[in-house]
Amino acid sequence: MPVKGRIVVDDVFCKGCELCASVCPQKVIQMAPERITAKGYHPAELFKDGCTGCAVCAVICPEAAITVYREAPRARVAAEA
Amino acid sequence: MATLQANEQVVYQRPRALTEVNTHYCPGCTHGVAHRLVAEVLDEMGLQDRTVGVACVGCSVFAYNYFDIDWVQAPHGRAPAVATGVKRSLPHDSIVFTYQGDGDLASIGTAEIIHAAARGENITVIYINNANYGMTGGQMAPTTLPGQKTTSSQTGRDVELQGYPIRAAELLANLDGASYVVRRSLHDPKNIRMAKKAIQTAFETQVRGLGFSLVELLSICPTNWGMTPVESLGWLNDHMIPYYPIGDFKVISALQKETCASKAEG
Ligand SMILES: Cc1ncc(C[n+]2csc(CCOP(=O)(O)OP(=O)(O)O)c2C)c(N)n1
Ligand code: SF4
Ligand code: SF4
Repeated sequence: MPVKGRIVVDDVFCKGCELCASVCPQKVIQMAPERITAKGYHPAELFKDGCTGCAVCAVICPEAAITVYREAPRARVAAEA
Repeated sequence: MATLQANEQVVYQRPRALTEVNTHYCPGCTHGVAHRLVAEVLDEMGLQDRTVGVACVGCSVFAYNYFDIDWVQAPHGRAPAVATGVKRSLPHDSIVFTYQGDGDLASIGTAEIIHAAARGENITVIYINNANYGMTGGQMAPTTLPGQKTTSSQTGRDVELQGYPIRAAELLANLDGASYVVRRSLHDPKNIRMAKKAIQTAFETQVRGLGFSLVELLSICPTNWGMTPVESLGWLNDHMIPYYPIGDFKVISALQKETCASKAEG
């Protein structure tokens, strides 16, 4: 099973520049077509499953708008038993 | 919302050294990436409480609103001179850096940056090269490439008339006073990671009292280049990097161990 992750984009900071979507290796980020921020931008959002929490989007985001979460690795105890 | 769920860990979050203020930068402008990297380094090195930034004139003039540290805003090009005064008058463990654009550093501020480097001032310079004057509307800068169209070189920079672009990092690396002078780029995640390592080494140089450090960062200005942010990253890669190669132009021997070590890690 691939690692599971997710991103949360802060609409206060996001300017819909699309840089995150352009570098996402899983191609799971889009600019929300039907949502608009207070500043008038379509903000970035996850639009399908597949985020691995690699944080490449956060490395390029000029607004530090992205928080990245990843499922913690499971304890190996079960495998040993 | 951004709450941690069971069985999850935070892989990346907004650095503490940034304020919760929305920047005035255009969408996609890599000034924001450079800000973020400096803030991450200040966080990781625990320098936030003893760092003073010196802002320049240009799009980054309001940098003082975006970092949760002390700032002075210097007249156009004078940031290295102001930083010299701040650094020399503060207690020894204070960290002082300038954040300057290419119009600021390589044009009106040429004298100040050269002499600060020649004196070996123990300051750090973050130098943003976006090949034009962003704030004033995309005029030709000393860094504008041969043939590059700007609002004041509308048929392309003509080197016969307007001379050749200045490679500031290479120029400053020639000075004996300079300790760490490198160029990095902000056009893709791999290069952004390399840029962060260089910013770390630059601040490390200052913390250890080893003298003048400068990181030139190739940057995009989508608004004045007349491209989308994603197209601009490609333009930087295709046109700027051939003229402004990424590299280490001066690394004094006291720092070379760290540089090798960080290479091995990466
Ligand atoms: C003494 C003085 N001369 C000229 C100006 C006008 N001016 C403001 S910003 C700027 C250039 C900024 O370009 P750059 O340093 O490349 O920064 P960018 O905006 O591209 O980040 C100029 C010439 C000024 N503010 N003060
Ligand atoms: S890179 Fe950042 S600012 Fe740009 S669209 Fe993605 S989340 Fe928004
Ligand atoms: S004008 Fe250029 S340098 Fe200034 S904020 Fe906009 S994109 Fe950035």
